[in-house]
Amino acid sequence: MLHIEDLHVKVGDKEVLHDINLHIEEGETHVLLGPNGSGKTTLLMTIMGFTSYSITEGKITFKGEDVTTMKSHERAQRGIGMLFQRPPTISGLKLGKMLTAISRNKGKDIAELAKSVHMDKFLERDINKGFSGGEIKRSEVLQLMIQNPDFVMLDEPESGVDLENISLIGTAIGSLLEKEKHLIKRKKSGLVITHTGFILDYIDADKGHVMCDGEIKCHGNPREILKDIKQRGYKECLECRHQ
Amino acid sequence: MPSPVKTPEFSRADQDRVAQVGIDLAMKNRCGSYLQMDQDVVHAECSEQGIEVLSFKKAMEKYDGMREYTWQAVSPEKDDITRYVAEQKDPKGYVIIAHKGSNNILPIQACLYLGREQIQHVHNIIVAEEGAELHIISGCTSGEHVGKGGAHYGISEFFVKKDAKISFTMIHNWSADIEVYPRSASIVEDNGVFLSNYVCMQPVKKIQMYPTATLRGVNTVARFSSVVISTPGSYMDLGSRAILEGKGASAELITRAITKGGTIISRGHINGKTAGTRGHLECKGLILNDGIIYAIPEIEGSVVGTELSHEAAVGKLAKDEIEYLMSRGLDEDEATATIIRGFLDVKIAGLPEALQKQIDASIDEAEKAGF
Repeated sequence: MLHIEDLHVKVGDKEVLHDINLHIEEGETHVLLGPNGSGKTTLLMTIMGFTSYSITEGKITFKGEDVTTMKSHERAQRGIGMLFQRPPTISGLKLGKMLTAISRNKGKDIAELAKSVHMDKFLERDINKGFSGGEIKRSEVLQLMIQNPDFVMLDEPESGVDLENISLIGTAIGSLLEKEKHLIKRKKSGLVITHTGFILDYIDADKGHVMCDGEIKCHGNPREILKDIKQRGYKECLECRHQ
Repeated sequence: MPSPVKTPEFSRADQDRVAQVGIDLAMKNRCGSYLQMDQDVVHAECSEQGIEVLSFKKAMEKYDGMREYTWQAVSPEKDDITRYVAEQKDPKGYVIIAHKGSNNILPIQACLYLGREQIQHVHNIIVAEEGAELHIISGCTSGEHVGKGGAHYGISEFFVKKDAKISFTMIHNWSADIEVYPRSASIVEDNGVFLSNYVCMQPVKKIQMYPTATLRGVNTVARFSSVVISTPGSYMDLGSRAILEGKGASAELITRAITKGGTIISRGHINGKTAGTRGHLECKGLILNDGIIYAIPEIEGSVVGTELSHEAAVGKLAKDEIEYLMSRGLDEDEATATIIRGFLDVKIAGLPEALQKQIDASIDEAEKAGF
């Protein structure tokens, strides 16, 4: 579904991602691990097409189509979606109005979906203004439910979220990734950044990657990698896996 | 049911322009109407019991010169505009009186239409007597054929008596060669509420106004909101002022200003003269194309126990906000329009739904034209 080949990315004058290669097939969910500042969010923002992230080499292919130079909305319209870790606050713009705009009259029942993630009381509120950590994530999940992307990127969906909300958000994300369906019938794919791994209880990831200094250093079973990192820390983990 | 407003001179285009400022000529959702074309009073009537809509001349005859009200809120010596109107031998304009305890659910509309005259002048007096509630939409516009310049001088004096309420929603749709000089003031007595909303999304040569609400009574409320867009060549010097005299008086002055190349001077002044008063002033400006937004918020307190605050911000559309919406599938133009629409979306507490819808419709119209 998503293929990244030899990708190099600059932010300003500095190259921050080097020679990234990543292949995520239909129905697969991958996990991206790595210390703070390693380039994980940069990779997601680049895949989404944010203009501050310039691709200097390499290419991104999505569902067989080269999307490397496409604008963000064109990628979204082709089925790429993202849950932001820290989305902007937009004063004056009501969440309900935004959801109506992005639903494009697809017949989605916004009120019903909002209720399912306990956001029905927030539809008349300015987007993210005064929202708690959990409310921001529920708002993000709600937007993705309406957008219904084929490839879902999740940037730390559990950060700043209490246990009760993790369950709610995790279940909704699981549903976005069609985790309730049998593997063969599953069409949705995902790429998830997590530090705690709590979200893995809900999304049953297939592969894990560890990113460090703008490079993907190793791959493997996500739970095993996470266990190593928890036991030994990133430094030792990466050294071990490089041997 | 009030009768439809007959306007023999209106072309189809003029009818559209009048509709854009909230004037419903069929009178389906209005309880009363005043229409003045240049200096001719075309229509003045109201079907709501206890509320009168009269021409200025008729009101003077009926109520012995309206001495209690005429030039009592606005001084005739204030400036050249007020002097010009005060000197008129045959003053025009409307008088709306909501007698004690009356109220209108459907608003009254007042349309001031500038067609041929070089200067249109009006003197309006609006009174809500004790316990009355009065909602007015004032649509001011010019004919499509004016094109050779013109000016509108408008004096408006509002009197909100004890326990009464007036909401006054003014929508302007002039043209690029017209100058507009409203001079308005309101006096609000005990427990009175005065709401003033102003919308101008279309080109104008110059607008200059600084309406003032004097909150004389205890527990009085004034809310001013202005939503304006200034296009290249437009010069808008706008403001609102609240003088808090009565104990418990409170005022809120809110402005959303966008320049697409024109000039907006956004003034505001709250003067807290009495303990136990509160006021907040807020001006937010967006510069879409190079133009000027000059915010001058003033708060003035002279006693212990008055609480006044202001916030003013002028900036551009944030790139991260646009890109956030683009990542949800909106193209750049759609994302920009969605954010601007939200920016302009000021909901006025206490405003009837019909009037809020009219304000929203004016903004929708501007949105359709790509702001």
